[in-house]
Amino acid sequence: MAELEAVIGLEIHVQLATKTKMFCGCELSFGDEPNVHTCPVCLAHPGVLPVPNEQAIRYALQIGLALGCEIAPHSIFHRKNYFYPDNPKAYQISQYDIPICGAGRLGDIRIHRAHLEEDAAKMIHVGSSGRIHGSGASLVDFNRGGTPLVEIVTEPDLRGAAEAAEWARLLRETVRQLGVSDVNMEEGSLRVDANVSVRPAGSEELGTKTELKNMNSFRFLQRGIEAELARQRELVESGGTVEQETLHFDPASGSLTSLRSKEEAHDYRYFPEPDLVPLAPSEEMLQEARESLPELPAARIARYEKMGLPGDVALTLATDPRTAGYFENVVEAADGIEPRVVANWVTGELAAALRQAEVEGGAADSRVSPPALASLVRMVQEKKISHGSGKTVLATLVAEGGDPEPIVEREGLAQMSDSGELEAIVEKAMAENPDAVERIREGNNKAIGAIVGAVMRETKGRADGGEVNRLIQEKL
Amino acid sequence: MSDLLKLTALEAHEAMVAGDLAAAEYTAAWKAAAAGDELNAYLWRNEGAEEGEAIAVARDCIAPIAVKDIFTTEGVPTTAGSRILEGYRPPYTSTAVRKLLEAGAPILGKTNMDEFAMGSSNENSAYGPVLNPWDRERVPGGSSGGSAAVVAGGLAPWAIGTDTGGSIRQPASFCGIVGLKPTYGAISRYGMIAFASSLDQCGPLTRTVSDAALLLGILQGHDPCDSTSVGIEGGVSLPDREDLSGLRFGVPAELARDDFDAGVRAVFEQTLRKIEELGGEIAEVALPSAEHGISAYYVIAPAEASSNLARYDGVRYGMRDGGDSDLIEMYETTRSEGFGPEVKRRIMLGTYALSSGYYEAYYGQAQKVRTRIAEDFSGAFAGVDFVVTPTAPSVAFKLGEKTDDPLAMYLNDFFTVPMSLAGIPAISIPAGLAAPAGGGPQLPVGFQIAAPAFAEQKLLDAAYALEQGIGFDRGPNPGERFSIDRAADG
Repeated sequence: MAELEAVIGLEIHVQLATKTKMFCGCELSFGDEPNVHTCPVCLAHPGVLPVPNEQAIRYALQIGLALGCEIAPHSIFHRKNYFYPDNPKAYQISQYDIPICGAGRLGDIRIHRAHLEEDAAKMIHVGSSGRIHGSGASLVDFNRGGTPLVEIVTEPDLRGAAEAAEWARLLRETVRQLGVSDVNMEEGSLRVDANVSVRPAGSEELGTKTELKNMNSFRFLQRGIEAELARQRELVESGGTVEQETLHFDPASGSLTSLRSKEEAHDYRYFPEPDLVPLAPSEEMLQEARESLPELPAARIARYEKMGLPGDVALTLATDPRTAGYFENVVEAADGIEPRVVANWVTGELAAALRQAEVEGGAADSRVSPPALASLVRMVQEKKISHGSGKTVLATLVAEGGDPEPIVEREGLAQMSDSGELEAIVEKAMAENPDAVERIREGNNKAIGAIVGAVMRETKGRADGGEVNRLIQEKL
Repeated sequence: MSDLLKLTALEAHEAMVAGDLAAAEYTAAWKAAAAGDELNAYLWRNEGAEEGEAIAVARDCIAPIAVKDIFTTEGVPTTAGSRILEGYRPPYTSTAVRKLLEAGAPILGKTNMDEFAMGSSNENSAYGPVLNPWDRERVPGGSSGGSAAVVAGGLAPWAIGTDTGGSIRQPASFCGIVGLKPTYGAISRYGMIAFASSLDQCGPLTRTVSDAALLLGILQGHDPCDSTSVGIEGGVSLPDREDLSGLRFGVPAELARDDFDAGVRAVFEQTLRKIEELGGEIAEVALPSAEHGISAYYVIAPAEASSNLARYDGVRYGMRDGGDSDLIEMYETTRSEGFGPEVKRRIMLGTYALSSGYYEAYYGQAQKVRTRIAEDFSGAFAGVDFVVTPTAPSVAFKLGEKTDDPLAMYLNDFFTVPMSLAGIPAISIPAGLAAPAGGGPQLPVGFQIAAPAFAEQKLLDAAYALEQGIGFDRGPNPGERFSIDRAADG
């Protein structure tokens, strides 16, 4: 039997961070007292009508454009009918055959569609498990009901659990940088469901899929998919067949339990929502959405790699646009110094110094101005100060701000230029560490550290490490 | 009938504005009249106590009005004629009622209706049928039967109702008054309890065409709470056309073979001659798809209703029954006990029509018919100014006569449904009297005039000229006379 290949597609619900709900004027909130953000419209009183939230439409356009989707000139809202207490109208206003955003792509993964809809209210099942089964009563909090959602559906292009989680992170970062959502998985402002199936490698046909829900972190997403792939592989390899069903992931046990099977699937009786006219974004809205798009992570990573940054550093910066902007300012001010070196200072030494000093916010919010960091990096590169002294100066800059030159002068950190003085100190250190000298002679190069350390202590870090090394080797 | 009550709403308005009529006295006279309701036409009357006060304060320069119980009114019972909303007091007021209050019209009361506006006789009300003021053994039509009966029966100077497939025009015809269904989108639907959202439209039920124009002017307009509302460009002014010269009235060719009461046909023919007398021209038009209107309507309207009425689940408001064991039982018991048979029938029809595998054959097909009918009208209006038909195939029928035969009941809407599907405005004006097919008292017969979308002004102008020409001034009681001619009575 051919090896089984994983085929995974994701469905991502993004809660939009608008001021008000999708179809009424109630404020959005998270964590407020239950049922305070409600009105006749979102409680589905008789006679009410929905009015679409223009900001939500603008946000959906931004997401669509960021994902390279085709924007529909006229998209249609549909009613998705089902009875449940979290759904007060007994239908959800969603989009069906003509979504606002059509086919697109993010990275290597094709986007099938992205559409606008409204969130359901929150059900709280009273009882120990927190799940509906076995609970004595259920409570409904309508604060969340009607929150604008964009549902993004990928093509089944993902081939593994880790790849799926990694791509989902890229999507989250992309949406986060648009500023249209909090994209917090724990709070539910980003929810990722996975459609998982297996097929013989090389096959073009899709196997029967199961839908995985309730994976409220990227780690759980990966674990849930891994568990389901393992189950499906074992099932298929032992001659069984996968049943179409919806599975609930339990983070505590890592297990999957069936929510409903195909036989129990709803007939949602979709039909065009007669209370709303087709959604036709104006040219002004499209233009504004296009202009508001920042440089997105995928594009930024590619550009940084071209500048010579290693992939992981490029990724770190791309997921933190404010620090990335800071980095670019330093590169500009440090004219001629390799961006790779600047990036290492920004993501390495400066980040560490900020952590050490317990400074809130990133580099961009710190007291270290880009020109100050640029001249510091330049001094180290030109060996005017040692790398170690550079770190000392950086700590001072983090605490006080200002320029590095006066600090170097004040602290007497300028690199020791008198090689006679340094030579004497090296000789003294070697004399005081005969054991280390002996071990170096025996070929243990690590032992050189003890002598370099002694020199650095003596010179308070002003000595150039390379020069010290050279002198030690010379003396030997 | 007190002389005050003989004034049309427009005459009363003009007298109040001129200072010749005290608003308080006029409103009090109508409240007293409404209190004498023997027709089961009011479900709630504003007696000035408690909740009533809230909606009675206004500038009082517009005649008090009766409101179909389908419009939400904050703090005031609103049932839509259904048991499932018994005791429900909405937390907000519909745009139509708010506009009336802002214009200065006190609310006289809420009128009885077929449950959720589903019916043509008012016999589907959970609160008992309304009686026709012309003959209390007969129905007033429906679903706005209460609103029609209070106007015809001298219990309100005017009223508002809703029309989904004829629910304003047919009761207006049965009660001998004017009923206007405006263009879809002319008046906000916000706060109008939904039956079939793509068809429902608010409109006036009045004694005269001028009153209908005055009321439409108050009600129409775009509402930010209803994204399907657009209003009527240029607003509405009082009609003053004296003749019909230069206007072409199209009679559907299909009428010749349609089966309807001879008495109704006679009044219809006589009205066509009156149009010619007034200088209008009669032409034949073709509406080949109109005959499928009823079939399409009874797919589309129930489909939308099945979704619109799903919110009545006993969870948040209104009636709740059962639920001791589980949620599904609560839904089922509440809805089984709360809805009447006709509502249940339509929910089942609509649910079926939308279900997977049947959608295209029913809902999809019905929408195609709807498009065809709209195209038929567009084609007709290329050659004529108006399309005219009888409003209903018969005069008011007897209570219980059609309750066992839903199809016969549905055919009441035969002439009114096509305009609803096309979304165009249509008015019914009383054109004369005729005896029922099987014999009986002389009863009013309505004449329907339909116009292109948003051509309300032209429609009202022509209807006014025809109304003056016909001179129908009978009320239900012998010797009682409704004022219709502003020049004569104003």
